[in-house]
Amino acid sequence: MTLAEYRKREGIEPVDGAGHAVDSAHAEKHPGALEYVQIGSILAIVTAIEVAIYYVGLSHTALVLALIVLSAFKFSLVVLWFMHLKFDDRLFSTMFLIGFLLALVIFTVATSTIGGKLV
Amino acid sequence: MSYAAAAGHSLETSTGVDNRKLLMWLFLGSECLFFGSLIAAYLLYRDRSTVGPYPEDVFDIPFTSVSAFILLMSSVSMVLALAAIQKGDRRGLNVWLFTTAILGVLFISGQAFEFTEFYREGLTLETNLFGTTFFVLTGFHGAHVTVGVLILLSIFATSLQGKITQEKSLYVELAGLYWHFVDIVWIVIFTLVYLIQPS
Repeated sequence: MTLAEYRKREGIEPVDGAGHAVDSAHAEKHPGALEYVQIGSILAIVTAIEVAIYYVGLSHTALVLALIVLSAFKFSLVVLWFMHLKFDDRLFSTMFLIGFLLALVIFTVATSTIGGKLV
Repeated sequence: MSYAAAAGHSLETSTGVDNRKLLMWLFLGSECLFFGSLIAAYLLYRDRSTVGPYPEDVFDIPFTSVSAFILLMSSVSMVLALAAIQKGDRRGLNVWLFTTAILGVLFISGQAFEFTEFYREGLTLETNLFGTTFFVLTGFHGAHVTVGVLILLSIFATSLQGKITQEKSLYVELAGLYWHFVDIVWIVIFTLVYLIQPS
């Protein structure tokens, strides 16, 4: 049994009238140009906020937390909308998340055990 | 013709999704490990230098903020290029692809200028641990941007010959995925390397 057949049987993947797995990467239409421009504007504003926060003079801990939250927000916007993971097949998300989470584990273990620090 | 078929996606695969796109995501997942390791190495060693210059001596935040903004906007133009060709608008594809490539070149030029300034201020790959980890991390990112620009220009040249059509929009989508990934890596580098400095 192929993965496509398994996913079809388990109801993971929608099927078309001929019984073929539909590429759910495009089952839901991607956003339009206007929405992309809106997302881009949000990204630009958040970047400006990041730079402003850098100069405001927050405590180091508050600065680090604020910048990481804003950075994660920008990261998510690009991955979900521009790279279409919000709309594409979950298999693509899985491939990316495996690498991303492994990297996060390596990053956390390395910085917490060897002595690097953010805060 | 279905949207998926129009987008040039072959659905007769064992996974039910296009193998080329799946491979690109697998590659990007592996790139997370690559850059994650380089960023971790930078954070581990940046404040263990015994001689200067140190990050606070050389970083020019306003300049780097403009570079970050340029790369961010290149992601917008890239996704507009994809949106254009998915609607069959080849002129729009050409305009936005070229814009993206130009913004990429601007970013690389800014990085070359920054590296040159750092060198004049005495920071080289061999000066200290900060210099070594910083240049390796940002240098590899710059190399990725350069490869991205070459990919964009090759697609642009192919498009000018009329060979990129709505049915072949997947090639633009794959290039876009790579370009957006380079952008998100810079989002992380800009925050962790430039804005968050040792206390």
